[in-house]
Amino acid sequence: MQWEVVIGLETHTQLQTKSKIFSGSSIAFGAEPNTQASAVDIALPGVLPVLNAEAVQCAIKFGLAVNAEIAPRSVFARKNYFYPDLPKGYQISQYELPVVGKGSLTVQVGDQEKTIRITRAHLEEDAGKSVHGASVGMSGIDLNRAGTPLLEIVTEPDMRSAAEAVAYAKKLHELVQWIGICDGNMQEGSFRCDVNVSVRPKGSDKLGTRREIKNLNSFRFMQQAIEYETRWQIETLEDGGTIQQATVLFNPDTGETRAMRSKEEANDYRYFPDPDLLPLQITLEDIAKVKAVMPELPGDMKECFEREYSLSAYDASGLTSSRGIADYFTAVVVQGAEPKMAANWVMGTVAAKLNEQDQDISASPVSPLQLAGLFKRIADNTISNKIAREVFDAMWAGEGDADSIIEKKGLKQVTDSGAIEAIIDEVLAANAAMVEEFRAGKEKAFNALVGQAMKASKGKANPAQVNEVLRRKLGA
Amino acid sequence: MINSSLKQLGAMLQSKQVSSTELTQEFLQRIDQHNPEINAYITIDAERSLAQAKAADARIAAGTAQPLTGIPIAQKDIFVANGWKTTCGSKMLDNFIGPYDATVIKLFDEAGAVNLGKTNMDEFAMGSSNETSYYGKVQNPWDRTRVPGGSSGGSAAAVAARLCAAATGTDTGGSIRQPASLCGLSGLKPTYGLVSRYGMIAFASSLDQAGPMAKSCEDMALMMNVMTGFDERDSTSLQRDKEDYERELGKPLQGLRVGLPKEFFADGLSSEVAAVVESAIAEYRKLGAEIVEISLPNTQLSIPVYYVLAPAEASSNLSRFDGVRYGHRAAEYDDLLDMYCKSRAEGFGAEVKRRILIGTYVLSAGYYDAYYLKAQQIRRLIAEDFAKAFTQCDVIMGPTAPGTAFRSGEKANDPVAMYLEDLYTIAVNLAGLPGMSIPAGFASVDGKQLPVGLQVIGNYFDEARMLNVGHAYQQVTDWHSRMPEGL
Repeated sequence: MQWEVVIGLETHTQLQTKSKIFSGSSIAFGAEPNTQASAVDIALPGVLPVLNAEAVQCAIKFGLAVNAEIAPRSVFARKNYFYPDLPKGYQISQYELPVVGKGSLTVQVGDQEKTIRITRAHLEEDAGKSVHGASVGMSGIDLNRAGTPLLEIVTEPDMRSAAEAVAYAKKLHELVQWIGICDGNMQEGSFRCDVNVSVRPKGSDKLGTRREIKNLNSFRFMQQAIEYETRWQIETLEDGGTIQQATVLFNPDTGETRAMRSKEEANDYRYFPDPDLLPLQITLEDIAKVKAVMPELPGDMKECFEREYSLSAYDASGLTSSRGIADYFTAVVVQGAEPKMAANWVMGTVAAKLNEQDQDISASPVSPLQLAGLFKRIADNTISNKIAREVFDAMWAGEGDADSIIEKKGLKQVTDSGAIEAIIDEVLAANAAMVEEFRAGKEKAFNALVGQAMKASKGKANPAQVNEVLRRKLGA
Repeated sequence: MINSSLKQLGAMLQSKQVSSTELTQEFLQRIDQHNPEINAYITIDAERSLAQAKAADARIAAGTAQPLTGIPIAQKDIFVANGWKTTCGSKMLDNFIGPYDATVIKLFDEAGAVNLGKTNMDEFAMGSSNETSYYGKVQNPWDRTRVPGGSSGGSAAAVAARLCAAATGTDTGGSIRQPASLCGLSGLKPTYGLVSRYGMIAFASSLDQAGPMAKSCEDMALMMNVMTGFDERDSTSLQRDKEDYERELGKPLQGLRVGLPKEFFADGLSSEVAAVVESAIAEYRKLGAEIVEISLPNTQLSIPVYYVLAPAEASSNLSRFDGVRYGHRAAEYDDLLDMYCKSRAEGFGAEVKRRILIGTYVLSAGYYDAYYLKAQQIRRLIAEDFAKAFTQCDVIMGPTAPGTAFRSGEKANDPVAMYLEDLYTIAVNLAGLPGMSIPAGFASVDGKQLPVGLQVIGNYFDEARMLNVGHAYQQVTDWHSRMPEGL
């Protein structure tokens, strides 16, 4: 039988606000345990939550970015369960009425575009952390993270392969950073995904029973986990078994998923509206205010690059894959660089260097201004493309801007025809055999002579001039 | 001095007839003498109180005193107070020292009032007799064999026995008004949102509201001037300008339309209470009020609705008492679940457990719609009843409680009988309206004279008028200034 996998994602994005969602404590990562936990965060008797307006603005930004409905009225609810890192004994979340409604995100999977529907996004608070093994026979609780604002983004079960799910997750990851609501740091847990996976016979329109892979914090693990889970479900069904709805964890060491103990998930959360918080009202004016400070979105920028700079969809897509790259590219072009050349360099040489050193474009040692300076010297024939690479490497190593490197290293292209003629005379004299071959009709020998001339000039001779002079001297 | 009004005490302090230190010592001495029996206070901290009194005296000397500066006020032990043991009447918090000030505590501090101590109460404010307190029952000063009402029973007994100049209470379903009625004092539950709930340990968040308990409406007006106001720490606190609650006092009642809901004078009301309430209403007629009969048809549903919604919220509010970060933790346990179970089983009393169970049940999957949602719908109907009534009248009057103070233990094992104590008060919380109880006379029960309260219900934010309605009555009657014997 042919099987089809059906995937939906729930992503927790930690919002980049100055303080927690219901208290004034800082949300900075890595502080000493419990030093960023106020009376509200540790749920002392009598304390009350007060909603952070900045978190609401983040939610509105996201809603606008995925073209979603932003609810004029949404409700915070309590999700009740006991756990030591959950100080109140309930998590404040949104249940029936979320702040962001239906929207969508279009992603590139290989050379195909696919639109993933977003069901909803809601605001909620994070829990603290249990710290095991700090002392024998006891567990510690760190409540620094308790109350950190999260936006949980839920999709429809629209993805049909691990590749699609990863493409969506990557695109979402880029988007939330692009609009400045999340730092995207996956190691620190700022962006983590729960993936719902089910399989069904191809052609069926009925959904299979799903299992939820919890807390994936790398795209590579997500890919592996979905692939394993899909194989496991298909094998189970083909062996005559059935799938039980379950929550599973992915073990990166074994590459396998494993169901959590059923006790851990047998919860009735007893959701009800939090009487300590009024319903969240968002007016058209509130939305307009956020709109006014929204950056241009990647989709719009991509279209603009295609239109204004005559770039291909592929180039434009690559250049808008992150805000950093787009900003960098734009800055280079603003300095007068030719867009296609800038695109090739940013996605080629620059990207390769960054990749090699596992760095973000914001960390590039070559500034857009410096790169544009290099392009000027290519355009005015001061250096060749080949020499430009050498200059770029030197710029990357911090040796200065293009002009000073060209000057210092004497890389300026030789265009003085007297000097070029002298070089060629020497080459012709020293390579009589090649001249013979050329005269015998071997065109290849001509190229070899050009190579010799370039070599003799240490690459600095203008290649077009070398060609021209050589042809003239050979009487060809 | 102990019978003086807050205004008179203020004047005595201002004119240096008495110092705050002397006044505080006087009350502390009376507490020493009578509290071992009456048990109105859970915590007394003479050193702290006297330090505040000393600061108040300095303030009076400096000429920066406010109306309540130097006056000893008792605080219900539901308010977290910095440095004070704050128990909420529960073993769960027997070891809990408040690390911050509730907004109400802070406001009284800023006004220069002296915190005289933390008063006894039903555990987590759940009860109508003060018998569910971990710290023992409280005696009604009018008859020591009877209950003072609850949950603010300690505050009520303290005011009635003159063990403080005035006290704070909180009212979720009648917890200020019913004990005020049973102890012969004035108590006001303000409009929901007028007094900050920050630092007031939550029972049922959508119903809880703090208010004054005092000897007279004039005293309550002075306290309301201190207690109310917007608080950015409480999202349900209302953004309104500060009001002067004394502003209406002394205005004539001519033309006041008083609505009498027929449902408040039906089955369940004791004849002796009915008689006292009727004579009080006759007095209002003499003061120029016009009496109109009204109907609050959903009154009977208020108790079942309340006993769905309040426990639902409580079951969640009390989840934080898990033995992990503060409060009672069992001495021995096998694992996490065992620690939760034992700590909560040992820390909570029977009534609290009952309500947690009810609340957990009504919020459970499969029952939520039938109980919680349905109750919310009826809650709206009850609020609509009042809205309709207030098109016909300015204030509503009736009994506060169906009977007079009952004997300790009489209803302790009959939760439903206990719940019916709040028959006339609960609807007011469900609608978020202000409600008040004032002394209206005495009923003779088994040869004892027991106080009876008259309830006055106003429209939203109508506290100033209500206080004047009570004040006018207190100008022509002396029920409010009577004091129990033997004190």
